[in-house]
Amino acid sequence: MAGTLNAPTEPVLARRRPRENWGSRLGVILAVAGSAVGLGNFLRFPGLAATNGGGIFMIPYFISLLVLGIPICWVEWTIGRYGGARGFNSAPGIFSALWPSRVSKYFGALALIIPVGIYMYYVYIEAWCLAYAWDYVSGTMTRYGADAGTDVTAAVAAYRTHFTEFVGMGENGLLVYGSLQKGVVFLLIVFVINFVLIYRGLTKGIEAFCKYAMPLLAVFALIVLVRVLTLGAPDSSRPEINVNNALGFMWNPKTGDEGFLAALANPELWLSASGQIFFSLSVGFGIVLNYASYLKADDDVVLSGLTATSTNEFCEVCLGGLITVPVAFLFLGEANLTKDVLGSTFSLGFMSLPAVFARMPAGSFFGAVWFFMLFIAAITSSLSMLQPAIAFFEEGFGMGRRLSVTCLGLLTAIGSLLVVYFSKNLLATDTLDFWIGTVCIFMLATVEVILVGWVFGVGRAREEVKRGAALEVPRVFWFIIKYVSPTYLLVIFGFWCYKNIPAKIDEVRAMSPEDRGTVLLMLAFIGVLLIFFGMLVNLADKRWHLIGKLPLEPARGLPLAAADEEGRTRS
Amino acid sequence: MTWAGWLLMTLSCGVVVSLMVFCYRRVLRTPRPEEHMHAPLEIDTRDADT
Repeated sequence: MAGTLNAPTEPVLARRRPRENWGSRLGVILAVAGSAVGLGNFLRFPGLAATNGGGIFMIPYFISLLVLGIPICWVEWTIGRYGGARGFNSAPGIFSALWPSRVSKYFGALALIIPVGIYMYYVYIEAWCLAYAWDYVSGTMTRYGADAGTDVTAAVAAYRTHFTEFVGMGENGLLVYGSLQKGVVFLLIVFVINFVLIYRGLTKGIEAFCKYAMPLLAVFALIVLVRVLTLGAPDSSRPEINVNNALGFMWNPKTGDEGFLAALANPELWLSASGQIFFSLSVGFGIVLNYASYLKADDDVVLSGLTATSTNEFCEVCLGGLITVPVAFLFLGEANLTKDVLGSTFSLGFMSLPAVFARMPAGSFFGAVWFFMLFIAAITSSLSMLQPAIAFFEEGFGMGRRLSVTCLGLLTAIGSLLVVYFSKNLLATDTLDFWIGTVCIFMLATVEVILVGWVFGVGRAREEVKRGAALEVPRVFWFIIKYVSPTYLLVIFGFWCYKNIPAKIDEVRAMSPEDRGTVLLMLAFIGVLLIFFGMLVNLADKRWHLIGKLPLEPARGLPLAAADEEGRTRS
Repeated sequence: MTWAGWLLMTLSCGVVVSLMVFCYRRVLRTPRPEEHMHAPLEIDTRDADT
């Protein structure tokens, strides 16, 4: 090994544990699908589709799936397995193996910051789902909207008030309101569950959990779906509000005054559809990359990737698309389903749906099933957000699982405490979601596609994909990966930035000094995370060179092999 | 619900369900590499006899 002679601590540094692998093919598929299926499938997609042309939305949606979702998914599976075969499970290592350059590892750092940063607020939202499920089981949820009587609008307002108080949207400092808040208690419970599962490891923790959780999620969602589709016309005095019209509200093409083709030519529609595909499949998060690195060198990536994608699509289109908006239509009526309500995950999920379950026969049971299902969807996603950083700590610094879990636990606890403390208008959550959960994801996905299409090369990628493949990737996909996906991503990202970033800056400018302070503090926190992970990646890279996991860095323009040879000679 | 709504809903759900059924069928029927790999055949070349 290069560098071993001048590295007296090498035996300690290079101590390697047996490599972790997935226990079964179905296990990895369900774990990846679990990572992809989240709240967005059940709350974001239906609202987005209903407000963006209804059924018309599905045309750009499926085109984006073909041009963006599936190709990037295969790219992530392929480079993940490629890195894994070279002994790397973390994105900085995988990127270094893929593109031997001084800068590649720093792009990989993005794939650590994204899941860790998202976890910090996602775990809090996950805690809300569990708390709501518990409130239905214990019977307290119905009390929150009891004063509203039969008035639907008043009921939604009552549940809005409850949500606002529950998450501390009124003012900052939910943690120190004087007593231990319910949201904080559930956050602690969910935090512990996540870390216990992640501590158990890949096979005994993530895989074992997802193998039970994903089928359970599907069963729970199907129970609610059957209930919704058999509701008929719940209010006999208003027969026009029935399941048929509720499905129509979601799926009928809404062209407005313009024709079908003119509505389809709307760029906003394409932006929304491709954005949804992108976030729904969890591409660009760095998670699939990490999960695929635990595959064996000859394990299939094509069929597995497609199966995980199809599972996600089933949950989104067939379950989310047939449940959320139709049921809200049946019990709240079209007048209460404004663009503001449908366009906001929190508004639809945590303010409107409780008012729906309050009116549904056996609503407490279905409310509990629904929110527990959302909790399962969220926890299978949050678990996947922890694994990339755990893998990095383990392989970058030779840490044991206990130490790496402890370090990550401390780091994410700091972030989550910030999110909980700065609870006013959920500004901390919103800031992390905008900059890490959106901007960074776009950047990482673009880097990945360009890296594979143009640096690693489509030819090598094709050979890599073929190994062990249970399906053949159609030739056209290589053209898509090289030309169409990067262009499409850059155009979408450019258009998204043009539309959102100036608006975001104006929004911050118009805020009160306290709110602006919160946003700036969270931005500073993101900056600290970037520097912190950048430094860690730099240190890990030095260690990998020292123990010979990576060849010595190219000096004075020498190719890697020659530099490695020179390093050996120097040693 | 209009006929166009029915069509788009049926097509969308149909495509997704068909893809998922196809994928899971293939996954469950295709063994992993190590499951269908066997040791090399023992071929007696009779080298020792000569």
